Amino acid sequence: MRPLTEAETRAVFEKLGRYIGENIQLLVDRPDGTYCFRLHRDRVYYLSEKLLKVAASIPRESLVSLGTCFGKFTKSQKFRLSVTALDFLAPYAKYKVWVKPGSEQSFLYGNHVLKSGLGRITENTAQYQGVVVYSMADIPLGFGVAAKSTQECRKVDPMAIVVFHQADVGEYVRNEDTLT
Amino acid sequence: MAAVRVEEVLAAAEEQEAEKRRSITVEKELELEFDLGNLLALDRNPPAAAGLRGAGPRREALLRALARDNTQLLVAQLWELPAERAGGAGGPLVAQLPEPTFRLPREKPPPRPRPPTRWEQFARLKGIRKRKRTSLVWDEQAKEWRRRWGYQRAGGDPARAWLAEVPEGADPEEDQFARLRREKRERVARNELNRLRNLARAHRAGTTVPAVPLHPTGHQSREELGHVARVARVSTASLGRFQPRLPKESAEPPSRSSGKKRRFEPLLGNLAAERSRQLELLRDMGSKKPVLDITRAVNKQLRQEEAEAAAAKGKKQSRRGKRGRRQ
Repeated sequence: MRPLTEAETRAVFEKLGRYIGENIQLLVDRPDGTYCFRLHRDRVYYLSEKLLKVAASIPRESLVSLGTCFGKFTKSQKFRLSVTALDFLAPYAKYKVWVKPGSEQSFLYGNHVLKSGLGRITENTAQYQGVVVYSMADIPLGFGVAAKSTQECRKVDPMAIVVFHQADVGEYVRNEDTLT
Repeated sequence: MAAVRVEEVLAAAEEQEAEKRRSITVEKELELEFDLGNLLALDRNPPAAAGLRGAGPRREALLRALARDNTQLLVAQLWELPAERAGGAGGPLVAQLPEPTFRLPREKPPPRPRPPTRWEQFARLKGIRKRKRTSLVWDEQAKEWRRRWGYQRAGGDPARAWLAEVPEGADPEEDQFARLRREKRERVARNELNRLRNLARAHRAGTTVPAVPLHPTGHQSREELGHVARVARVSTASLGRFQPRLPKESAEPPSRSSGKKRRFEPLLGNLAAERSRQLELLRDMGSKKPVLDITRAVNKQLRQEEAEAAAAKGKKQSRRGKRGRRQ
């Protein structure tokens, strides 16, 4: 376990910034305690200082996970955000997409969101903007990337993809073994 | 009374002017010699011998005054140079220094010649002289000039040689292709060994070992070029901190221990400092984004136009409806 280097921090913040913009400050600088990012076996974890002090006393081989896993660094040092970060992305999300009840299940199985399943979308979403996907009852289901801007979403045909799937809460069941 | 006071004021002002001028004028018997390309000023005036004898604060003061005077003269010369504003109006005033004339002495002793290699000794003994070979050789089969070695060489590609004759007196069961490959490997290894031995001999004799040449030679491997590029980047006054990076170069600054072991921040180090560093990083990243995003501006414009068009259509429809109903 070690702190992130500057390049790694930059990569993580850039990825997070695509979904929550400048609200990352609220994650870094919290009024209710000191929280930090730590790297363990190529995975980035977000945890409080109290937890960090306790986790520091566990030997490296025995340590499986600590705090919340935000994502991992791939072999070529790219940062990949995972669904376990959703609890921290959802409250600060800048661009949101609401999905109709009929196609919720399709999204939770890992499919992209089609125009026919799109309920609402935040105004002035740009194309390829990171978005957080909610159900109509405002429950965060996952996150993805907007395939079309809000303008274009109005004009495309119902079978076109409007949000590329990146992570959903169904992964907790599907990838139970590999999630940390 | 007023006239006297005016005189007093004028006298005081003149006194101040003289004082200022005194601080920037220096009197010397012999003129200094200047080499502005090296920012060098040579003072051949004999110093006040009495004051410089023996250590003490008086000597310090004299030396300091001497240094100040000479620096004053040098700076005055620098101000005489042709100058321009770098970076357009409002940039710093930059003087154009002439070419340096003073030849600086060597810092290190000159390199000793390296000892001759084993071949060189043998060749000298036997009187063998170097022959200059032609780069192209006439290939009878292809009926054209081909290289002596390398890509498309005269005599065909040795890797595609399909025939290897069994020489007289050799074991008929032996694999000739394997023998050729093994011999080539042995030759290469022997050459490499001899090259390293020569290097070791030169190193032992104390001469400078021919290192990786820092200028492009044309036969440098990728790693050598990378090493050369890294050395070039670090050979600036600020040790490469402000050198612009190539498009595909990584943005990591070379750590002080840029050897085998990577060093990281301590795990439970100063968390407040870590937090402030991260906030600064965020601020840097935020400031780099362009304030005007073209696509978003265009989309906003389109949205406005669509809204207006929709409103106009709605008004037209309601008007038509009202007209129709009036009968």
